Amino acid sequence: MKSIIFKTSAKYLLPVLMLFSVFMLLRGHYLPGGGFVGGLMAALAFILHSFAFGLEETKKMIVVHPGLLMPIGLFFALMAGIAPWVFQEPFMTGLWYGEPLRMVGMVGTALLFDIGVYFVVIGSVLTVMFSIREII
Amino acid sequence: MELLLILIIGLLHAGGLYMLLRRSMFKMIIGLILLGNGVNLLIFLLGRLTKGHPPVIDGNAKIFSEIYADPLPQALILTAIVIGFGLQSFAIILIKRVYQVLGTDDLDELNSTDEEI
Amino acid sequence: MNNPYIVLPIILQLVAAVVLMFFWTKTKAQKVLSIIFSVAAVLVAAYLLVEVWHSGILITQSGNWKAPFGITFVADLLGVTLVLVSSIAALGVSIFSAGSMREERLKFGYYPVFHFLVMGLQGAFLTGDIFNLYVWFEVIIISSFVLMTLGGKKAQLEGAIKYVSLNLLASSLFLIGIGFLYGLTGTLNMADLSIKIKEIQNIGLVNVTGGLFLVAFGIKSAIFPMYFWLPASYHTPPPAVTAIFGGLLTKVGVYAMLRTFSLIFGGDEFMTVTISIIAALTILGGAFGAMSHRHMSKIFGYLIISHIGFMMVGISIFTEIALLGTIFYLIHDIIVKTNLFMVSGLVLKINGTQDIKDLGGLYKSYPLLSLLMAIPLFSLVGIPPLSGFWAKIFFVEGALEAGDYLLVISVILGSFLTLWIIGKVWTEVFWKKGENLPKQANGVYFDELPPIGKWSMVFPMLLLSFVSLYIGLGAKHVISLSQKIATELVDPSSYIQVVLQNQVP
Repeated sequence: MKSIIFKTSAKYLLPVLMLFSVFMLLRGHYLPGGGFVGGLMAALAFILHSFAFGLEETKKMIVVHPGLLMPIGLFFALMAGIAPWVFQEPFMTGLWYGEPLRMVGMVGTALLFDIGVYFVVIGSVLTVMFSIREII
Repeated sequence: MELLLILIIGLLHAGGLYMLLRRSMFKMIIGLILLGNGVNLLIFLLGRLTKGHPPVIDGNAKIFSEIYADPLPQALILTAIVIGFGLQSFAIILIKRVYQVLGTDDLDELNSTDEEI
Repeated sequence: MNNPYIVLPIILQLVAAVVLMFFWTKTKAQKVLSIIFSVAAVLVAAYLLVEVWHSGILITQSGNWKAPFGITFVADLLGVTLVLVSSIAALGVSIFSAGSMREERLKFGYYPVFHFLVMGLQGAFLTGDIFNLYVWFEVIIISSFVLMTLGGKKAQLEGAIKYVSLNLLASSLFLIGIGFLYGLTGTLNMADLSIKIKEIQNIGLVNVTGGLFLVAFGIKSAIFPMYFWLPASYHTPPPAVTAIFGGLLTKVGVYAMLRTFSLIFGGDEFMTVTISIIAALTILGGAFGAMSHRHMSKIFGYLIISHIGFMMVGISIFTEIALLGTIFYLIHDIIVKTNLFMVSGLVLKINGTQDIKDLGGLYKSYPLLSLLMAIPLFSLVGIPPLSGFWAKIFFVEGALEAGDYLLVISVILGSFLTLWIIGKVWTEVFWKKGENLPKQANGVYFDELPPIGKWSMVFPMLLLSFVSLYIGLGAKHVISLSQKIATELVDPSSYIQVVLQNQVP
């Protein structure tokens, strides 16, 4: 798959897809979307890139091993889960910060949890996909 | 609509079971995937179908003026899909590894751990 | 009573897994951290047990959504006791793996996955929501898949195919059952289900759903017609992994059966008869399987099946006295089976083989160690002061009371066969005159280990043997605990009342 059209379009699609995945992540609380969908979309962007430029190029671009994103994401999700304990609330209770911010919307533990899911999904999907590609 | 879904669920279950009973490892995993999809549709059906009313409620609405779909089956299915995705991708990598190490796709030849005393 | 901190055992294991994932390649740090976290988990679980014992069932509504709409976590005595027992077993395995696990396996994330597995177990014991139970089951099986295939030996992969495919099938059946339950009642909270299921007119459909749950949990806990995957796969991974599998995984299935059959299904005659026949056949099938094998781990694998049958006796009769036996046996079995697989792992480490025909003379070369290994072996049989004995009395008493003589006979025959098998293992491995076995080139033997390596394999056995001696000799405490749990299981009204709090029943 080394056609010039595909390569050129993949180069421009990567940032667009990443942006779209972040958009999906942020709108997820009240509307369709969320961490899982956003994460899948971001992972797809990297997979598309790896199809166009080869696995090595993509790995070089990501710098960190995608597996490292999993504990980071889990850490965020965990923090979102236990943060309510500080306020004597049950586990996983949604805490919200005052007014909605521009572009981002309401900020709270639910968003933190979604960001965690986002990273875990990117990490696990890329790990699985890369290891399948390496075997084949 | 219900009737169509019932037929599809039946077909998916039947196909899944048929594939599971084959001797090939690869067909077995396809059977499990078909069965998983059948189960997801089954939950969808058993949670009652509501046509054209998504479970997303207008932010300004104060009361529920009309019927809307039950969001819980959808959440269950989404969870089941995510879990199924993880399990199935693991199973596919495992099958690939088994095929590489043992050089066979026939489940009947994978009996050395059973037979030796 | 509300207590937001009852999910702490789950959170602690998750924290352990996440922290250990950051130390991916530093295996020394992983060993130390894992042991520290496991000790902390035991302390938290013990505290929780004391708390629940004194102040009754504790709950927390996750996300502050009131039951039955949110996911409720319930710490009742049954759940908390199992959390404590399983974290003790996990501590043992954590120390044991520090000594016995090979470096290359540790580098592929053995410890983080191990903690995920334990997290799944704790979650399953503490949740009060049937779909959440399914999610925890999936956490358990996906971690167990990874642990089973870690290392990628030929036999491991072969065993894993059977294990993976049957577990995936069981999960599908479990999910179908949940779908039916939701369609019938419109709720997933187990306390709420308990109330609503009684109003269903269509008894046939409820029974079919119960049957689906029985098959799904039956595959997971290896009961009679569905146990063939267990002896085919459990002996393939390294001993530490087999210890955690043998000790805990099948018992989660039993726990789930106890929970669902006490709260949701139950009292149906057809089901009772079916389970009692299954229990008898499981006891005998497992025992006969164990008699026909020579590989130590395989023998113990079949004994797991046989003893799952004992626990099914209580589930089938479902009177207080029989359930008392089941709970007692569950507590005893988790500790003893974990210990037993460590014993077989240590034998493998000393001699390089697990074939009892080739082994021998262990008592002569390691007298003290052999005495230590005798404790789990004879606890399993139930020589009177040891822990297996008390539960069997309650089984026989319960079965006699219910007039189910098939179960009485199979329990007695099953214990007798277990005695025969353990006697065979003891004479062949410990008393028989040993031969010089050819050394394998690539393995590290027990004698060659540094003292800390030796102790890390012996210490967990000491710990678990001490616990099982306590269960046997201090049976009074364990019986009064099990008695209280059995009462709660027979009459779950206090559970339902606490979970649904302000609801009108």
